[in-house]
Amino acid sequence: MTKRPDSPVPASPRRALSKKDLLDIDGITEDDIRLVLDTAESMREINQRAIKKVPTLRGKLVANLFFENSTRTRFSFEIAERRLSADSIALSAAGTSVAKGETLLDTGRNLMAMAPDAIVIRHSRSGAPHLLARNLTCAVINAGDGTHEHPTQALLDAFTIRRAKGTLAGLRVAICGDVANSRVARSNVSLLTKMGAGVTLCGPRTLLPAEIERTGARIAYRLEEAIEGADVVMILRVQKERGGGLGFPSDREYYEQFGLTPERRKLAKKDAIVMHPGPMNRGVEIDSAVADGPDSVILEQVENGVAVRMAVLYLLIGASGDDE
Amino acid sequence: MGEAAGTYRKVRLLDAVGMARAISRMSHEVVEAEGGTEGFVLIGIRTRGVPLAKRLASEIERTEGVKIPVGLLDITLYRDDLTTVASSPVLKKTEIPFKVEGRNVILCDDVLFTGRTVRAAMDAILDFGRPRKILLAVLVDRGRRELPIEAQYVGKRIATSATEIVSVTFRETDGEDDVWLLDREAAKPAPKARAKAAPAKSLSARRRPRKK
Repeated sequence: MTKRPDSPVPASPRRALSKKDLLDIDGITEDDIRLVLDTAESMREINQRAIKKVPTLRGKLVANLFFENSTRTRFSFEIAERRLSADSIALSAAGTSVAKGETLLDTGRNLMAMAPDAIVIRHSRSGAPHLLARNLTCAVINAGDGTHEHPTQALLDAFTIRRAKGTLAGLRVAICGDVANSRVARSNVSLLTKMGAGVTLCGPRTLLPAEIERTGARIAYRLEEAIEGADVVMILRVQKERGGGLGFPSDREYYEQFGLTPERRKLAKKDAIVMHPGPMNRGVEIDSAVADGPDSVILEQVENGVAVRMAVLYLLIGASGDDE
Repeated sequence: MGEAAGTYRKVRLLDAVGMARAISRMSHEVVEAEGGTEGFVLIGIRTRGVPLAKRLASEIERTEGVKIPVGLLDITLYRDDLTTVASSPVLKKTEIPFKVEGRNVILCDDVLFTGRTVRAAMDAILDFGRPRKILLAVLVDRGRRELPIEAQYVGKRIATSATEIVSVTFRETDGEDDVWLLDREAAKPAPKARAKAAPAKSLSARRRPRKK
């Protein structure tokens, strides 16, 4: 390892994530997860200062490739990049060569020629970030790929749960709604079971994926059954743009059976927290009284998203990466 | 304790009693120079600036009966060598639960060497506000600065060579109060010229102290 003798803190321990990219929760270790969550605790403090900026990623370039709509995740990444002093550029499908028919790989290679340190990508096709990661030398961060995974969302959810409950191990987490179309659910199941929480997946049969048993999660077909005794109730968005709306007759009917109402919320533990990855369909999967209620940590999830993404960026590109 | 691989203990700079005396004296100097116990705070640079800051505060409380606010600062995100290290150093929490605006901030660290840590710490402090002054207290000033930085309160001053290492351990972080000057084995005089028994290795299994 190259180490300058005059470095300010020569003997401080160093650890990095086990891979150059963050593509999915399946591909990272429990230690990686703990490291991200611990680092995010330090990053969170920066977001509460008067001057919310540190010089850590000065001179690093991060390209944000959002081929699919996004408000929260995209803003969250951009804010995280700026708070760490990285330069960030944004590229969306409209108004770029993607609209002219360039392939993803060609776009990636051309971008790589301009030497970014990291690429943050959201794409409607599952596996798109993996394709880039295999072919490019920079760090690739998956900001949501199709119905596959959304790892930073799972990390920020875990961070939010850990802050509220002090731990992840042993918790009962109910993840309810449009599971079939939800990359958030997939990443969360993977992360939470890895960290020792017990997960129950719940939704109308039409919105549960085939071979759901393989996730290792408990399955419930009634919301009441899933929520009962839960420490965490995570409600998923009905993803109409992915056909989620075809799984039930009407919004009204969905709300009647699977909407989180104040009455149903009472089945969970008294100190349970309510989560939603956003954007919410109020009055469909969640009642406003619960979404805006005292147990809701929905806006904390958004707040924590910045700290978690700062942690991921720092851990992936904070150091030079040149070992030996 | 605590020789890093390839180093040996050359000379003890301070033992537990010596450390206590130095810190006690420094605490008196701080109160004298500040003209009392008002208008200043102590901020320890992680890791071993923290016990120094806390001890200065408890000394001042013992003699003056006033609690001085103590903050903890992790300077990792402000380091100038992040581009030269292979993987990102572990972050620890910064906790400054008070305003630095308009107050004198006394930064505390165990060893003052190149001055780069202090440079990073000053940048970090300025992101919390505009202190009236930033001052520096260190247990050991070993010289060999690479930046124009000076300490106002010093436990012990010593001239060192480039190969030497000052190892400071605190009870709170390492189990015992001790300050040693180490040197690299390669720089050791030939055994003939100075026949000295090899230092005891039995204690080195403990946590490695930070070396500067």
